[in-house]
Formats: sequence, C-alpha cells, structure tokens
Amino acid sequence: MTVTAGWYMALAAALFVIGGGGLLLRRNALVMFMCIELMLNAVNLTFVAAGKAVGNLDGQLATLFVVVVAAAEVTVGLAIIITVFRKRATASVDELSGLKG
Amino acid sequence: MVDYVWIAVALPLLGAALLMLFGKRIGEPASGYVATLLAAASFVIVAIAAADFFTGGNHGEQVSLFTWIPGLGIEAEFLWDPLAALMTMVVAGVGSLIHMYSIGYMHGDERYPRFFAYLNLFLASMLILVLGANFAVLFVGWELVGLCSYLLISFWFEKPSAAAAGKKAFVVNRIGDFGFIIALMLIFATFGTLGFESIFTRAGELLEDGGVTVTVITLLLLVGAAGKSAQLPLYVWLPDAMEGPTPVSALIHAATMVTAGVYMVARTSVLFELAPFSAGVVATVGAVTALYAATIAIGQKDIKRVLAYSTISQLGYMFLGVGVGAYTAGIFHLMTHAFFKALLFLGAGSVIHAMSDEQDMDKMGGLRQVMPRTFATMAIAWVAISGIPPFAGFWSKDEILAATFNHGGFFVVLWVVGVITAALTAYYMSRLMFRTFWGESRWAEGVHPHESPGSMTIPLIALGVLSAVGGLINTPWRLSLEHFLEPAFEAVELAHAPEGSTPWILAIISIAAAMVGIWYAYRRFLVGEAPEEKGGVWDALLNGYYVDDLYGRTIVLPGKAAANQMAFTADAKGIDGAVNGIGALVGRIAMMAKPIQTGLVRNYGVGILGGAAVLVLVILARGVWL
Amino acid sequence: MNAEFFVFVIFGVAALVGAVALVMARNTVYSAMGLLLTMLSIAVFYVLLDAHFLAVVQVIIYAGAVMTLFLFVIMLIGVDRSDDWEEQIPFQRPIVAILGGGLILLLLLAGQGAWTLRDSGVGQVGTIEEISEALFGTWMIPFQATVLLLTVAAVGSVALARYEGVLRGEQPVIEPVVDDGGEQ
Repeated sequence: MTVTAGWYMALAAALFVIGGGGLLLRRNALVMFMCIELMLNAVNLTFVAAGKAVGNLDGQLATLFVVVVAAAEVTVGLAIIITVFRKRATASVDELSGLKG
Repeated sequence: MVDYVWIAVALPLLGAALLMLFGKRIGEPASGYVATLLAAASFVIVAIAAADFFTGGNHGEQVSLFTWIPGLGIEAEFLWDPLAALMTMVVAGVGSLIHMYSIGYMHGDERYPRFFAYLNLFLASMLILVLGANFAVLFVGWELVGLCSYLLISFWFEKPSAAAAGKKAFVVNRIGDFGFIIALMLIFATFGTLGFESIFTRAGELLEDGGVTVTVITLLLLVGAAGKSAQLPLYVWLPDAMEGPTPVSALIHAATMVTAGVYMVARTSVLFELAPFSAGVVATVGAVTALYAATIAIGQKDIKRVLAYSTISQLGYMFLGVGVGAYTAGIFHLMTHAFFKALLFLGAGSVIHAMSDEQDMDKMGGLRQVMPRTFATMAIAWVAISGIPPFAGFWSKDEILAATFNHGGFFVVLWVVGVITAALTAYYMSRLMFRTFWGESRWAEGVHPHESPGSMTIPLIALGVLSAVGGLINTPWRLSLEHFLEPAFEAVELAHAPEGSTPWILAIISIAAAMVGIWYAYRRFLVGEAPEEKGGVWDALLNGYYVDDLYGRTIVLPGKAAANQMAFTADAKGIDGAVNGIGALVGRIAMMAKPIQTGLVRNYGVGILGGAAVLVLVILARGVWL
Repeated sequence: MNAEFFVFVIFGVAALVGAVALVMARNTVYSAMGLLLTMLSIAVFYVLLDAHFLAVVQVIIYAGAVMTLFLFVIMLIGVDRSDDWEEQIPFQRPIVAILGGGLILLLLLAGQGAWTLRDSGVGQVGTIEEISEALFGTWMIPFQATVLLLTVAAVGSVALARYEGVLRGEQPVIEPVVDDGGEQ
C-alpha cells in the first residue's frame, strides 16, 4: 500500500479532533493552549499534504505563515496567562467567569 | 398701489415679533408707542391705497404674494377691492385708536409689552382675513384671530375665570369652524379651487339656483360665521370674553373680530344669492339673536356684560342686513357699530379704570361731573346706538330695517322684531347711562374716580366724532358708501329701501321706538326710585336664560367624561400598557436567554466546535460551500 | 510496503500517543512532553512529504522555541498544583464525546472523496532555494505583514508582562501620600 496524501490528512484529522476534545475537557489554561497548538499543527500537516497532492509549494508556504502566526500568538497568549495568574493565582479557566450573565 | 398693501400686514406682524422677542427690554411705555405707531402706519398705507376707490368704479385687483400649496392650487394672494379697502380702514383705524388707548389703560401691568405684541398680532391677523383673495388665506386669518382672541381673553391667566373664558371662546369658535371647514371642502369639491375670483364667476354655472349643494354650503358657512360672530346658538363665549382687558373687548369683541362672520357672508354674497333659503335663515338667525340678546342685556348688572350682549344684538342686525341682501347696509352698520361700540367699551374701560376696577353698575352713579370727557363721548355713543338721527347708528340701522321691510312676506315679521329690538336697545343703553353717570353716587369705600389721562381720552374723542358724523357717508340723499362698495357687489342684486314715502314712515317708527325706550328708562331710573331688579324673571335674564348651565350639563359634562375616559383608560392603560408591555416582553425574553452566557470558555468552545461540525455537515450535504 | 509506509505507521502512532498524552496527563510537564513528541513526529512527516525546509523550521521554532517557552511558563505558574479530575460543568464529557466522535466521522466521510488522490508524481520539492524563490517573490507582501505581526506581538507581550507590584518575598514599599494631582 502506498501512503498517499489522504493518509496524512486522515491522521491530521484525528490529531485535530483529539486536540479539540482536549481543549474542551481540560481546565488548566496552559494545557488548553497546548491543545490549540496541537490543532494548529494538525492543520499544518493537512496543508502540506494537500500541497504535495496538488504538486506545488503553496501548501508549504501557507504552513510557513501559520507557523509564524502561531509563534506570535503563543508569545502574547502566555504573557496574558502570566498576568492573569498574577492577579488571580489560579490557572483554571473555570474560575475566570467574570463575563457571566 | 395694491402691491404695497402687504406692507400694511407686515408691519403689525413685525411689531408682534419684535415685541415678543424684545418686549421686556423695550419696556413700558415704549412698547406701547411702537405698537401704536405700527398700527397707525398700517392705517395710513391702506387709506392711501384706498384712494383709488374713492372715485368709484374701480373693480380692484388681486396680488399674489407666493405660491403656498401647489398641490391644491392655492396661492397666498390678497384681493384689494372696495369691500376689502373699507374693512381694512375700519380695522386699522379703530385698531390704532385702541392701541393708543391701551398705552394708558394697561399702565402698570407686568406683561405690558406682551399685550401690545398680541394686539399687533391680532391686527395683522384681521388684515389677513379681510384681504384674503381665496378661502384658504381667509381661513388662515380666521384661525389666527381666534388664536389672538384666546390669548387676549385669558391675558390675565392667573385668574381661573379668565383662563376658562379663553378656553370657552376657542372651543365654541372651533365648533363654528367645523361647519366652515366642511363648507370649504364642499366648495373645493364643486369648484376645484378656493379662489374667490374663479368661484364667484363660475358659481352661476356650476351651482343650480336654490339647489341642495349651494344651500348646504351656505348653511355651513353660516355655522362658521355664527361661531365667530356670536349668533345663536354659538354666542355663549362672548359674555365670558369680557374677562379680558377692556381694550381687548373693544377691539376684538366689538369692532373687528366678531364682524368677521358678517364680512365672510358679504364676501360670499354670490353664493347666498343662489340660495335664498339660506339667506332667509341668515336673516332670521340675525333677527332672533338681536331680540334675544337685547332681552338679556336689560337684566345685566355688569357694565361690560351689558355691552357684550349689546354687541351680540347689533351683530344680529348686521346678519339681518346681509341676510335680506342689503349687503352695503350690513357693512355700513358694521362700520358705524365699530365706531360707537368701541367707544362705549373704551368709555366703560375709562369708568372701570377710574372706579379702581369696579364693574358692577350698582356701585356706580353720579360720575357725570367727575368724568366729563368720558361722559360726553359715551353720551354720543349712547345716542348713536339708540338710533337717533343724525348720529351714526340711525342711518345704518334704519337702512337695514327698511330693506328688511321691503323684502316683504315673512320678512315683515323680522322687521317687527327689529323694531322691538331697537326699543330694547335704547332702553338698556339708557339704563346703563343713567345708572353709571346720573344719580347718587353709590361708590364703595375708598373709590376716588377721576378723569382718565389724555392717552385714553383722545381716542374717545376721536371715536365720538366718528360716531356723530360717521353715518353721514350713506344717507338716502347721498349714498356715498353704497357707490363706494358697488364694484364689490356687482354680481348680486342689492336690496334697497322701498321707494316713495314708505322709508320715511319706517324711519319715524324706529325713531319713535327708540324714544319710547329712552323715556321708559328715564322714568324708571332717573325720576323714580331705582328698582331692585330681583326675582324670577330678572334672575333668568341675569343668568342669560341659564343657557350656559344647559350647555354645561348636556355638552360639557359628557365631553369631559369622554375625555377622561380617553386619557386615563384608553391612553394610560391601553396604549401605554401596550408599549410598556412590549418592553416588558423583550425584557423577559432576554432574561430567559440570559443563562446561555455562562462566562465559561469551555462552554463557548463547545459551541464553536459544534458550529464547525455543522458547517462540515452542510458542505457534505450540498457538495458546495453554502 | 515500502519504507515510507513503515515510517508513517511508526511516527503516526507516535504522534497519536503524544496527542493522547497531552490530553490525558495529570502532570502539566508530561503534557508538554507529549506535545513535543507529536511535533517531532510531524516534522518527520514533513520530510516524507518533500517539505525539507519546513521540517527544519518545525523543529527549530516549534519544538525549539515554542515548547521551551511553554515549559518556562509551566515552571513559573507552578506545576505542583494538581488539577482536579472532577468535571464541574455538567454534561461536558458526554457532549465532547459525541461532538468529537461526530466530527471525526464527518471528516473521514468528507475526506473519502478527496483522499484517494494519488501523489502527482514528483512535483516541487520544498528546498530552501524553491521556498525562498516563492516567499520573496510571489509572497513578499504577506511576508512583510508577518514581520509586522511579530513586532507587534513582541511589543505587546512585553507590555503585558511588565511587573507592577511587590515580588514575592519583598517588603512592600510604603510611599508617603503626595498630592500631585493624580500624576503617576
């Protein structure tokens, strides 16, 4: 059996769903953030696989940009988590329900 | 010259605006001078403009100021013909004199400038009314004078009676206006326009003689006129309107506004000519009102109320005149009445002013020596209104009576009514004079009457002269006024006094009636002891046959009940309830939706992922994106 | 049954294990390790898919910088706090199970048509030369935009993470109240 692009995409889908489930199930802000990273990586894999299937470099370039943006996002996101932790001394997102109602 | 007539309207309008905005700063008495000067300037302009008509034969012109309602073809235009010229001269002339009088009369009032603003506004409104070249402009003036009447009657609005009187005047007027508006609608439906020119030239073709349409139209016009000119049954506002300052009573409720109804009937003479039934109704209403009001007048104690009922009575004469087709006679009486009634009111004001605002004749007496000028001028007016030649009232009243008699048939009855009324008129006016100026002084404590200042007596003297000689412009030997007005009434047949010796006999009869009235009053009040005037009949007369109470119970009470129902039930509970209910409903829906916002990220995350799944489903199902 | 297949299977399992570890581990550091494993596996996949440059980028940036940053913050925040396994939001777990299951099914169903594509031959290989040609040629403007983005992110995070207040262990400095019109 040859491994076609489709296999990679299926694997990526599985990773994506696992990441999504983790996002919803875990309370720790850091773990949730890491789940988001997992989902982004899954999407990157899909892009590259699709790019391979099409035959040009577009998929890889898209992935490149996603990597850049994800890095920036991680920077800012972690800064926020740290600030929140300083104020509230908790990393559980369930406690951050000030916008209720 | 007609192009400048609008300035005569603009000047008092400007005065009103000026005094409303800057009155307080201009202060007393400068605001009075400003208003009077503008009114006098207005008079000068119309007098000069009227010079064209003195030679007779000039038909008059129309000048359009601006296009007002293009959709209905209504322009703002003025018609300058002999009738308009006469009316404007009377209005502006008597108006200026009354402005001058008010400078002294209203001295010390805290809203002095505003009074003059209202007076100027009234003058402008009345001029608009009589100058209108179509029903629309006339109606604008009609409503404006109604407004000014309301403002001026309730000028001392701190008095609840004054405020109520103003409201009553406006509401009763409105009832008349209702008829007027429907008449206007019918006219527009029939003629497609509201312009006098086109209506009157085509009236003969479009309306059948004595037909239903024209009769209905003219009857409705009569309703409007009756409201404005205080005829039966819409007269009840005029006696109460005496709550206003006396110059107001003189100007509006004697000389000018109340004559608007007569003017309107005269203006639409062409239509009345085509509806003899309505004309007859007009004459009958006029005659009956004249008698009715005269009977009430003989039982009044308040000096101004006597004059108020007298006004209603004399207006009845004018309606009688225009009803039988003697349009010039009716307008002539309008003019002479303006002179002597304004004079009577101003004189009464002078007396009231001197008696420290006392209006009850029971507390007057012996003022002859104390107020000679007031007495002399009022005496002239007294003789004039009683119809004694050669003073003004005789010529005009007599012409009306003669024309009525000449009509024949049913109208002879009306002539008899007119003669009886003349006798009563002489009686109650003499009673007024004797009680006020002759006899022992029955003054209250601390009242020190004195003659009024020059600014008040000069207009009295001027009006006295006019009352004395004003009638001479239309004597049977020299019908100057009739010739003056002829071009305005070309389309109709003017009723005249009969030929031959009949008019002389009629004149002698009416003079005799007047003398009887005066003599009887003399016997009762001057020679013998003044009678008490109490008891059943006298009480009925004093209270105006209790008509006000009747209206109060049958019309006002149900009206108030209906209004309360609308305000507190229909509006407060129904409409407000509906609106508030919607608000409450929205609030409740929001409260039900509130739990969706838990503030927890994970719940929102479920929503997002769920939405993503739905989107994938949609793409799968349709094969394409949306 | 070529080499590619075997590599795929091995590293595919590795990726999945890493992902599951990320979600299920109690200890936050174990979760980070799981993510690291997944990322390295993905880097291998990139190599298999002829995206060599991207694979290196993945290792350097993701596994190198981002994960390091994550671990720093995990240490700062405090790993000794153990998360409660109790789920506080009602029905969360069942809902997630249904949603997750449904989504994977849908995706596999959707992919059926598209994923049976064969590799279209050789195609372009993601070498540095090729990538740079495309990046600095066609995609210059998005590239500059990302530069801007990174600058903004850096500045933003510095602004956010500025420390105002008292460090743990220090005594607070009591300043005399000076009325200077609210100026700080």
